[in-house]
Amino acid sequence: MDFAQVVQYLISGLTVGSIYALLAIGFVTIYNTTGILNFAQGEFAMIGAMSCISFIGWGFPMYAAIPSAILVTSFVGLFLERTLIKRARRSTPVHMVVITIGLSILLKGIGMIIWGTYPKSLSPIIHAAPIEIFGAVMTSQSLFIFIVLIMLLILLYLFFDKTYLGSALRASETNPRAANLMGINTQSMSALSFSLAAALGAISGIIIAPMTDATYEMGLMIGLKGFVAMVIGGMNNISGAVMGGLLLGVLEAFSNGFLSSTYSDAISFSVLLLVLFLRPMGLFGKTSGARV
Amino acid sequence: MSKLEAKLYGPRWKPFIGFIALILALPFFVHAPHIFTILILIGIYSITTVGLNLLAGYAGQVSLGHAAFFAIGAYVSGMATTKSAISPWAALLLAMAITFAVAWLIGIPILKLKGHFLALATLGFNIIVYILISGLTDYTGGALGLNNIPALSLFGLDLSDPLHFYYVIWALAALVILFSTNIVRSPIGRLLRSIHDSEIATETLGVNAAKYKVYIFALSASFASLSGSMYAHFIHFIAPPTVNTSFSILLLIMVMVGGSHSIWGAPLGTAIIMFLQEVIRNVSHSYLKISGPVEIVVYGFVIVLVMMFLPQGTISLFSRLDAAFPRIRNKTLKQETGG
Repeated sequence: MDFAQVVQYLISGLTVGSIYALLAIGFVTIYNTTGILNFAQGEFAMIGAMSCISFIGWGFPMYAAIPSAILVTSFVGLFLERTLIKRARRSTPVHMVVITIGLSILLKGIGMIIWGTYPKSLSPIIHAAPIEIFGAVMTSQSLFIFIVLIMLLILLYLFFDKTYLGSALRASETNPRAANLMGINTQSMSALSFSLAAALGAISGIIIAPMTDATYEMGLMIGLKGFVAMVIGGMNNISGAVMGGLLLGVLEAFSNGFLSSTYSDAISFSVLLLVLFLRPMGLFGKTSGARV
Repeated sequence: MSKLEAKLYGPRWKPFIGFIALILALPFFVHAPHIFTILILIGIYSITTVGLNLLAGYAGQVSLGHAAFFAIGAYVSGMATTKSAISPWAALLLAMAITFAVAWLIGIPILKLKGHFLALATLGFNIIVYILISGLTDYTGGALGLNNIPALSLFGLDLSDPLHFYYVIWALAALVILFSTNIVRSPIGRLLRSIHDSEIATETLGVNAAKYKVYIFALSASFASLSGSMYAHFIHFIAPPTVNTSFSILLLIMVMVGGSHSIWGAPLGTAIIMFLQEVIRNVSHSYLKISGPVEIVVYGFVIVLVMMFLPQGTISLFSRLDAAFPRIRNKTLKQETGG
């Protein structure tokens, strides 16, 4: 193996990893505000990608189609939270797992009825010549994904740290009861976290669609990868989730390249099990008493 | 004492006798071969879901990996009977033993996790087993699967006849149900319930909760293995897509829709989901002309609705019905005597 090859794997790993990271941020946001591990997160990516393709099919320019798709998906997230999740808040974890699985199946089915079973493709979002780094090639698509991730991280940082709404959301993540006593409406924070997570899911779906075709059933596997990223990184913070996503992407790229593509998923999930067994708080998570 | 037991666990023999009667009677009414096949599949899957019910409903430990144990059963049986001359029944028992051991080993670390994380870890285990089965082409046939798995015979009874297979599979299911109701009514069953309600409280009483969780996990896994072996011998074919994670999810859905608080919920939920699948598939394909697995929309909808409005599952409708009548009786009795 030469150096250029390693760089190449690193770049493709980080590209895929950025997408996992976005999904993982969505999981972390919902998990911390509501205590729900949302099995339908991957379906948000599907809805985002598919509706973006539809908008473009209707003649929308790219810069209008993407925000519209994100908006549609976050409305779906908001709608689900208001109609179903809110009512089911008192359910046991087992019920909650089954409810969100049911939701993901329902969304997948609706997606299939609306968009059919054939895979659809999205043309690359930006067109530019590939860049060469240390003999490896970085496509404009990869570069675009990195830029999106970094910009979103900055935006999320500003939102969570500098705005009232973001602080309120963070407060209800840290201690819902205390936040409630301070006059924060934790109910609407739950709705907010669902729409935020849906929007993040939509973005990851839209940026993954040009690389692999979008289908109604794309949600399950990328949703699971988002989970794995979240668990590896640690459930209680966004930076951990990002690190987990990038790490998972790089791990996959290298096991794909050097070992075998058949077993690369098996390796990812073995790492998941190892992390769950040995460091259930995640590699970058802080230990807290009453968790997991 | 028997009154107390009935209060605690509900009637024991009444549903069992009703169940046996239903099983014996059904072949006289059902003649369409594909519906008969569904009845047999319900029997096969019920063995898995009853085990999963013990784990998820009684012990409160959710598993999204039971398709993996089903796969071990099906593949051990399939490989042993197509590639060597081992008797199918010996292979079936061997598969159950292997699955029990695998589940025991996996169970020790995995059951330390709770709730969502346990679900995720078992799902991960399922994916790993799925990939191994697809990848180890020399042993498992890879994506092409294993063909020509022979039919079973029992004491000279040829089980390639669907009617014979039907009675044998439901007899097995009845045994598994009987065994499970015995567990539920034993001290172990009470321990499992108390682990469900509060693991910390159970451990405070000096009980090694982890040991019982692993035990019930391995037991329910070997039930899944049994049903996997029977599936392989019934369909004569096993391939990786059958044991994908979506099958694990389906199994959990069957348990939850049926009702996880009663053993009887498992066969009921299995039957509901299997027939729902069949009806929707027929309606959508022959009347609405929609292709693809459209039944998943209705599935998803039914699951969400049942979980929200009938969290105890559809079986709770029966106990409500049962409870409604004594109440009326008591009321009239009170009016007569207490007036």
